[in-house]
Amino acid sequence: MNNSPYSLKPASVQSVMLRVLCALLPGIAAYVWFFGAAILVQIALASVTALAAEAVMLRLRGKPLLMFLSDGSALVTAWLIALTFPSIAPWWLTVLGTLLAIMVAKHLYGGLGQNPFNPAMVAFALMIVAYPQLMSQWPAVGATDFAMQINAIFGTRQLDAMTMATPLDALRTVLRDPEQRAAIGGLLGSNATFGNIGGKGWEWVAAGYLAGGLWLIQQRIITWHMPAAFLATLFAVAGVFTLIDSTQFAPPLFHLLTGGAMLGAFFIVTDPVSGCTTPRGKLIFAAGVALLTWIIRSFGAYPDGIAFAVLLMNIAAPLIDMYTQPPVFGHKQKEGEPR
Amino acid sequence: MIAKLFKFKGGVKPDSHKDVSAAAPIRVAPLPSHLIIPLRQSARAMARCLVQPGQTVLKGEMIAAAEGPLCTAVHAPTSGTVRAIAPQPVPHPSGLPAPSIIIDPDGLERWIERRPFDYRCVPAQETRNYLRDCGVVGLGGAGFPSHVKLGPGEKGIETLILNGAECEPWITCDDRLMRERADGILAGASIMRHIAGARRILVGIEDNKPQAIASMRAAVQRLGEADIEVVAVPTRYPAGGEKQLIRVLTGIEIPFGKLGTHFGVQCFNVGSAHAVFRAIAHGEPLISRVLTLSGNMAHPGNFEALIGTPIRELLPLAEPRTDTDRYLMGGPMMGVALLSLDTPVIKGTNCILAGSPALFPPPPPEMPCIRCGECAKVCPAELQPFELYWFSRARIFGKAQEYSLFDCIECGCCSYVCPSRIPLVDYFRFAKGEIWAREKEKAAADIARERYELRLAREEREKAEKAAKLAA
Amino acid sequence: MIEALLVMALGAVLLGAALGYAAVRFRVEGDPLVEKIDAILPQTQCGQCGFPGCKPYATAIAKGEAEINQCPPGGEEGIHKLADLLGREFKPLSAEHGIEKPKSVAIIDEQACIGCTLCIQACPVDAIVGAAKQMHTVVAAQCTGCELCVAPCPVDCIRMEAIQETVDTWKWKYPVIKLRQAA
Repeated sequence: MNNSPYSLKPASVQSVMLRVLCALLPGIAAYVWFFGAAILVQIALASVTALAAEAVMLRLRGKPLLMFLSDGSALVTAWLIALTFPSIAPWWLTVLGTLLAIMVAKHLYGGLGQNPFNPAMVAFALMIVAYPQLMSQWPAVGATDFAMQINAIFGTRQLDAMTMATPLDALRTVLRDPEQRAAIGGLLGSNATFGNIGGKGWEWVAAGYLAGGLWLIQQRIITWHMPAAFLATLFAVAGVFTLIDSTQFAPPLFHLLTGGAMLGAFFIVTDPVSGCTTPRGKLIFAAGVALLTWIIRSFGAYPDGIAFAVLLMNIAAPLIDMYTQPPVFGHKQKEGEPR
Repeated sequence: MIAKLFKFKGGVKPDSHKDVSAAAPIRVAPLPSHLIIPLRQSARAMARCLVQPGQTVLKGEMIAAAEGPLCTAVHAPTSGTVRAIAPQPVPHPSGLPAPSIIIDPDGLERWIERRPFDYRCVPAQETRNYLRDCGVVGLGGAGFPSHVKLGPGEKGIETLILNGAECEPWITCDDRLMRERADGILAGASIMRHIAGARRILVGIEDNKPQAIASMRAAVQRLGEADIEVVAVPTRYPAGGEKQLIRVLTGIEIPFGKLGTHFGVQCFNVGSAHAVFRAIAHGEPLISRVLTLSGNMAHPGNFEALIGTPIRELLPLAEPRTDTDRYLMGGPMMGVALLSLDTPVIKGTNCILAGSPALFPPPPPEMPCIRCGECAKVCPAELQPFELYWFSRARIFGKAQEYSLFDCIECGCCSYVCPSRIPLVDYFRFAKGEIWAREKEKAAADIARERYELRLAREEREKAEKAAKLAA
Repeated sequence: MIEALLVMALGAVLLGAALGYAAVRFRVEGDPLVEKIDAILPQTQCGQCGFPGCKPYATAIAKGEAEINQCPPGGEEGIHKLADLLGREFKPLSAEHGIEKPKSVAIIDEQACIGCTLCIQACPVDAIVGAAKQMHTVVAAQCTGCELCVAPCPVDCIRMEAIQETVDTWKWKYPVIKLRQAA
């Protein structure tokens, strides 16, 4: 016999997770259009691995299998891993990453709701440290030949014909070389790698994520705080430094529309379990991720910094939450008093 | 006119289900075979029994007197004989029995002598004592004694608020009362304004009750007193929570541990106002109330029932359907499941809700918290329920108190929206109970320590005196 | 070499001076540990621990002369609290000192009482009232349930009764975590 309240709103973890998956679809569609169907293979690989790993871990931990397998949280992790890894990465890279995410980053820390770090980002960070080469071979725009992609994933890798430096990689190469720096404007204008604003093709994928993310806000699954703070901070920092020296730093819109920025803003930073939950905490958390991302992109050794930025901020999340507790009803007048 | 309404944060919009019981007029419930009147009618204190088994009592006769500042008197709801004074099941989540007076009605309904009380010619304190002896308590559910709330606070009361919001789903007893007895309610409010020395009266009614609003507005016209305003407030649970309604109408937020009088505002249920009117104008103590029978019933409606009527004898009036598996006292958000149908109607009973597996399905199994923050979004006390949950569950009560556990009003919004189906409110009730029990234990231990030390000191002193005597 | 020695010596002197100053400046009066331990003990004053009262037991614990698991009224929870406070290992309640019982009060059968005052002398918290040759009675609110009055009674008219749960003392239970095996 339960106690009041007796009527409950029809809501479940499952429906939350399923709607997150739906929101990823527009971005995935754009991905397939520009970069081929390999991403679908990766998503399938990651999903199957994630569910299997989840089942094994649940069994080992003696938890009810069906209830947790069907909650959809493993699928969200799996899809994010597939979307952040290169779509033509060898199959074992995706599988290994997913296994690490589910088994180590999620279940060894206590499973759903307990993990201090974002599992997908743990996978990305581990893999890019362990296999930097494989993790930076991205498909070229238009190289959508499915047979070749399948071959790259499962067979021998003949990549020259189909890979291309990502915009962030290209930018890094240019920025590393003092003689080429002056050419940054020309590089960004070239249509080979770079599209209208961000990376060619990538800007459309980013637009897809943006659309899905806005729908998530409309569905009240995420709040505006995190995406807004993330995008605004990234824009502001990049903008300021572009104004200071446009030959050294990429323009703000470029930052927003390349790499994992949009995916990060709406789907990665917003992970409720490992992030902040108070409204002010969310703003600080997302702004921190954006700042770290920009720093790593501009000065670090890795092309995209979102994974590391998220992990670093994950560590600080409980502390931020503690210090940003909103005032309680009726207790707002007392300022400066410890609650 | 109020310039603008304020907003309280959070809240939810459950299906109201009000139309099923709101259409029919209030009917008077028949006299039951026996009446069970618990001695504890006001929230905090038990009244002192004045009658003996076998004694005959008149309708409205005082059968238990107020004892202590937070207590009110209890009266015989009808004429008859006292059968026994014994522990009986009461509407309480524990299902434990509490001392009650059982009366067998004689069916004659012989009244005591009833006289109007001339509240204009006596000091307010005397009127308050009269209301205490008429057993008037808040009829919204908590049963806080009205005479205490009408007392002068530090600042006095500027605004008197009548709570007709009735935000819980299914319940329509205040709605019907406002439609049918608006004049009585306002007369009561006017009396209370006189006692409290308040300037204005605001009547807050949720905007899903247009007939009640119209009826009350018409009654204000008829009464012709200044500074009474009927305000339609947006329908959102828990707009009828006392703190929330005060916030919506005046912008004042009353924190835990403070009373309305600290802020010059006091809030009464419309039913309480009507009870005050009956007590003052007709000399009738509080012996009956209007309550809603609804939920899984064939003929839901509102009934005026005597206090002490066993629920079992009320149910046939609304004909519960056969798949009914439980009965709730109160609404679905904050009500209490009745563990026995012999439980009587008390002064705070506003609704009896029949539940079925289809209407109130058993909750799915609890999943881990994913910190989605939905509970914090809907919490009208602006708490962080997921943090409180974490601390309550781990029994870290000190931290739970630091995160303002006691500001929780147990409205149930957090449990209502939780996607992981965690019974959050249950954890908070548990934590509060443990903290209270610990404080009580601590107080008892402190007294014991003090008495022990006093005893040691005394023994020491006696020994010294004896030694001194021997030496002398 | 000499400089290094001098620097080290100077450092030692400075730190010593700072510590000495702190010892004087932040001197703690009394023994707060005994108070803290006493605050955890239930103040039943029953003597089951082998000491004449809660305070003496607290003092003995603080001196390291007694174990933390000798207090049956404090129960497991009390032992956990003491273990936390003192940084000692938790130990189950020592059986020779008694077992954890529900909290109870003493009740005197007033018909049988002969008014001998022996129980009044035994009560550590003066919770029994009465006089010689007069009937005695227990002030239930002040009774700690120590049972010290039971044995001295020459006519065995004192019994212990467990305190029943009422509407006032009832507590919400810990929510049952329903993990239905969904497989």
